Amino acid sequence: MFDRRFVKYFDWGLLGLTFLIGILGLVTLYSAVTSATPTPQKTLYFKQMIWYCAGMTGMVLSFLINYKSLYRWAPAIYAVCILLLIYVLIMGKYVGGARRWLVLGPISIQPSELVKIAVIISLARYYSKFSDTRGFTLRELFTPLILTAMPFILIVKQPDLGTAMVVVLIAGFMTVFVKIERRSFLCIITACTITGPLVWFLLKGYQKKRILTFIDPDRDPLGAGYHIIQSKIAIGSGMIFGKGYLKGTQNALSFLPEQHTDFIFSVLAEEWGFVGSVGMLFLFLMLIIWGLNIAYRCRDPFGTILAVGITAMMFWQIFINIGMAMGLMPIVGVTLPFISYGGSSIVSIMICVGLLMSISMRRFLFE
Amino acid sequence: MGKYLKTADTDWYKQRLIRVILCVSGAFFILLLRLFYLQVVQGQELRRLSENNCIRLQSTDASRGMIFDRNGILLVDNRPAFDLSIILKDAKPVDRTIEKLAKLIEVPVSELMKKIGHNKGILSYKPILLKQDIGRDALAAVDVRKFDLPGIVVNVKPRRHYIKRQSAAHLIGYLSEISSDELKSGKHPECKGGDFIGKFGVEKIFERFLKGKRGGRQVEVNVMGQVVKVLKTVDALPGQNIYLTIDYILQKKAEALLEGAAGAVVAMDPETGDILVMASSPSFDQNAFVDGMSHKQWESLISNPLSPMENKAIQGEYPPASTFKIATAIAGLEEGVIDENTTMHCPGYYKYGNRIYRCWRRGGHGSVDIVKALSQSCDVFFYQVGQKLGIDPLAFYAKACGLGSATGINLDDEAEGLIPTSAWKKRRTGISWQGGETLSVAIGQGFDLSTPLQMLVLTSALANGGTRYKPLILKSVKTVDGDIVIQSKRQIIGRLPAGKKTLAIVKKGLWEVVNSPKGTGRIAHIKGIDISGKTGTAQVVGRSNDPHLSEKDIPYHFKDHAWFVSYAPSVNPQIAVAVLVEHGGHGSTAAAPIAREIIRTYLEKDEYVRQLKAEISKQ
Repeated sequence: MFDRRFVKYFDWGLLGLTFLIGILGLVTLYSAVTSATPTPQKTLYFKQMIWYCAGMTGMVLSFLINYKSLYRWAPAIYAVCILLLIYVLIMGKYVGGARRWLVLGPISIQPSELVKIAVIISLARYYSKFSDTRGFTLRELFTPLILTAMPFILIVKQPDLGTAMVVVLIAGFMTVFVKIERRSFLCIITACTITGPLVWFLLKGYQKKRILTFIDPDRDPLGAGYHIIQSKIAIGSGMIFGKGYLKGTQNALSFLPEQHTDFIFSVLAEEWGFVGSVGMLFLFLMLIIWGLNIAYRCRDPFGTILAVGITAMMFWQIFINIGMAMGLMPIVGVTLPFISYGGSSIVSIMICVGLLMSISMRRFLFE
Repeated sequence: MGKYLKTADTDWYKQRLIRVILCVSGAFFILLLRLFYLQVVQGQELRRLSENNCIRLQSTDASRGMIFDRNGILLVDNRPAFDLSIILKDAKPVDRTIEKLAKLIEVPVSELMKKIGHNKGILSYKPILLKQDIGRDALAAVDVRKFDLPGIVVNVKPRRHYIKRQSAAHLIGYLSEISSDELKSGKHPECKGGDFIGKFGVEKIFERFLKGKRGGRQVEVNVMGQVVKVLKTVDALPGQNIYLTIDYILQKKAEALLEGAAGAVVAMDPETGDILVMASSPSFDQNAFVDGMSHKQWESLISNPLSPMENKAIQGEYPPASTFKIATAIAGLEEGVIDENTTMHCPGYYKYGNRIYRCWRRGGHGSVDIVKALSQSCDVFFYQVGQKLGIDPLAFYAKACGLGSATGINLDDEAEGLIPTSAWKKRRTGISWQGGETLSVAIGQGFDLSTPLQMLVLTSALANGGTRYKPLILKSVKTVDGDIVIQSKRQIIGRLPAGKKTLAIVKKGLWEVVNSPKGTGRIAHIKGIDISGKTGTAQVVGRSNDPHLSEKDIPYHFKDHAWFVSYAPSVNPQIAVAVLVEHGGHGSTAAAPIAREIIRTYLEKDEYVRQLKAEISKQ
C-alpha cells in the first residue's frame, strides 16, 4: 500500500509555504481578537487553533487519497453537498438573518464552503472528459451551467451572496481555462449585453438601489460606505512600516467591522505597513503560482483542471477579500484563506491544499 | 472543421497555464498598486485621520408620524427633548467632568456614574446616555459651560407628546423604550437600544407607518470631539401621519360623561363602520410611559381595581343582559316561533320545571307582543321565545349576529365574548345542557358574555338595514406632504340573519324603547332627534339576592352593569352608540343618558360645528 515514491515526490515546498502563511494568519488573528474592545474574544483564537488541527487532518487525509479516485466519486460528492445545502436551508441554524450553519453537536459548519470543492471536482471531471482544443460550445456548456447554478441558487437563498459569487467565479475561471469556442463566446457576450439592461429595466426601485449600493458603497455612507472608509483609514495609516504588532488603533477601538473575518487584512496592513502587506501579497501569489505549477507539471487532464480549479478558488477569495478591504470591490462576506477566523473556511482550504499535494506527488504514477 | 478538432494534450494545457499565470500576476499587481496608493501616497493623510479617529457616525432620528382625528384635530405630535451623553474618550478627566455636570443638572454623581458603569475603563468613542430629556434650564446651564465640559454632548431628539391628556389613551396607545427582548427578537431590525417603539394601541399596530427611517451623517471631529466638518449626510425620513376615524369632539364628550365611573363608550357610523368614539374609563396618562414611570407609578396603575390599562370597549366581557334580546327577537321571528301578532301573558314570573323565573318587573307586563316585549324589556316573553327555540338555534342566531367572536378590529387583545351551545357546555363542564339555562341565555344572562364593541356592531347593522361592517379605526395614512398613502374603505364582515320584515319589527321595538311612554329607555328621548335604543341591566354573578336591599345600599362591586345600545336618527341613521357602565345600576338611568348626550352632540349640527371650529382654531 505505502509507496516509497510518495516520500520522494512529496511536495515539501507547498507544505512549508502553507505552514508559513498559516502561522502568519494565526499571529494576525491574535492581534485582531485580543485588542478589540470592549470585548476581547480570545477564545476565538484558541478555537481557530483547534480548527487548524482539524484542517491538518483533512489535509493529510486528502493527500493520502489518490485524487484520480475523485473522478469516480465526483457525482456522489456533489450530490451529498447539494443535499447538505438543501438541508441547511430548511433546518439550518438561523444566525444574523441567514441560514448558513449546520449544527453537529458542539460544532457548526457551513456546507457552502464544502460545496465549492464539490463543484470544482465535478467540473474537472466533465471538462477533462470532453476537452478539445476547439473549446466548449454553448450546447456542451449546458451541463457545467447546471452544475454551477444549483449550488449558486441554494447559497443565494441562505442568503450568502459572497460565497455564491465565488462559486460562479471559480466555475468561470475553470471554463475560460478549458476554452470556450469562439462563436459561443461571442454569443454569450452579446446575450449578456442585451439582457443586462433589460433585466435592469424590469427591476423595482429598491432592488436597483440595493445593487447600486453593492457596487458603490459610498451610496450608503452610514453602513457599507462607513466601513470602507474605516478600512481604508486602517490600511493607509499603516504607512510604510506599520504601527507595530498589536498597536493598530482602528482595530483596537472597534472601528473596523468584522475585524477577525472579512476585514482581517486591514488589521494586518495597519500593523505591518506596506512592507508587511506586500510580503503577505507575495506569499499568496507564490502559493497560487505553486498551485498552477502543479497543474503545469501534471500530465493528466483531470489533475490539471482540478489543480486549476483549486487555485482559482484561492485566487478569487484572496483577490476579493483584499480588494474589498481596500475599497476596490463591493463589500461581500468572503473570507481571506488561512487568515480569517472561521472553521469551515480553514478546513476546506486545508483540504484543497491536501488535494494539490495529492496531485503533485502522484504526477509520475500510472494506475 | 476537422482540422480544428484536436484532443487537448499536455502541451495545450501548458500554453494556457502560462496565460493564467500572467493574468493572476496582473491581478496581484493591481492589488499592489492600490496598496501603494493607500499606504504610501495617501499614508500621511490617512494616518492623521486615524490618530484621533476623526471620522465618526452620528445618527439622526426620524420624527414619528403625527396622529389626527377624522377632522384633522391633532392628537399626538412630537416635541424636542434634549438628551445628555458623554463620550469617554473625549472627556478628560472623566471624574471631574461628571462632578461639574452633576452640579449643573442637579443629579447625584453616583447616578451618573452608574450609567457609565463598567464602560469606564474602556474609554470608547461611543456616546453613553447620561440623562434623557433635561429641562430647558439645565440645557441653558450646560450650554453656557460647554467648553468646561469636554466630551459632554447634547442631542436633540424628537419625543412623543400626547396632546390631549388621557383622551382615547387605550385606542392610541403609547410608546416606550424598546426592551432587550424586543431587540433580540429580530422584529425591529432598524432599532437600537434606547429607541422608542409603539407598545400598545394604534402606536403599535401602525408602527410601520409612523416610524419613518433613521438618517445620519459622517462627520470629522477635532481632538475635543467637536464636529469640524460634515462629510456626508443621509436625511432621516419622517414617518407618515395617521388620521383616525374617531371624532375628537365626541370622544371628549364621552370621556367627560364617563368621568368617575368605570365603563366604555363606543360609537360608529353605521354606514361605514368608522369608529367615532372609543372611550374606556378610567384612563391613563400616555406621557408617563414616554417620560419613564417609577416602579410605584406602574404598580398603582396595575393594581387599580378599576383596571385603567384595560380597553373596556374591546377587552371588557360583560353579560349583554337585555340588549341580547335583539338577537333573541331576531331568532324567534326568523324561526317562526313567534310573529308580530304573537301575544303572551306576563304575570311577573315564569314557571319552568319546578323553578320560578322572574321578570324584572315584579307586577308583570300583562299581555305582551314582540314590540311591547322589546320596548318594556319583558323577560317572561323572551323566556318563552328562548324555550321554544332551544339553546342551539338561539346560539346560531346570536353568533350570526356577531356575538361570541371578535369583530376583527385592528387592535391587539380583542376579547371574543361567549355564546354558549350545548356542545360547548358538555365539553367544558362535562354536564349536559339544562333547559332552564336556555331561559337565562335568552335574556342575555347565564353564560352569555359580550364586549361593548360587539353590541355596537350588532346595533349598527340593525340600524343600517342588516349589513355588518368591520369596525375601522384608521381613516387614512398620509405622507408629510399630504399625499394619501392609504385610504381605508368600508368592509362588510357579514349580514344579520334577518329579513326585511324581521328587521322592521325589531326596529319598531327599539324605537318604542325610547319613544313610547312606558319604554325602558325614554330617558334618552330628545326633542328634535329621533333615537332608537335598547337598555340592559346585567346582574353581577355572586350578588346576594336580597330583595329587601334598596338600590343604593348594594355594595359597588355587586351593583348591576348598565348597558344602552342605540342609534339615531331612527330613519337613515348616522350614528350608533353602545354604552356600558360597570356597576352603574340600571341601564336606563346610568347608561342611556350618556348615549343620548353623545347623539345630541353629534346631531345638533350648529353646536357641533361651533365646537369643531373652536378646537381647530386652538391648534
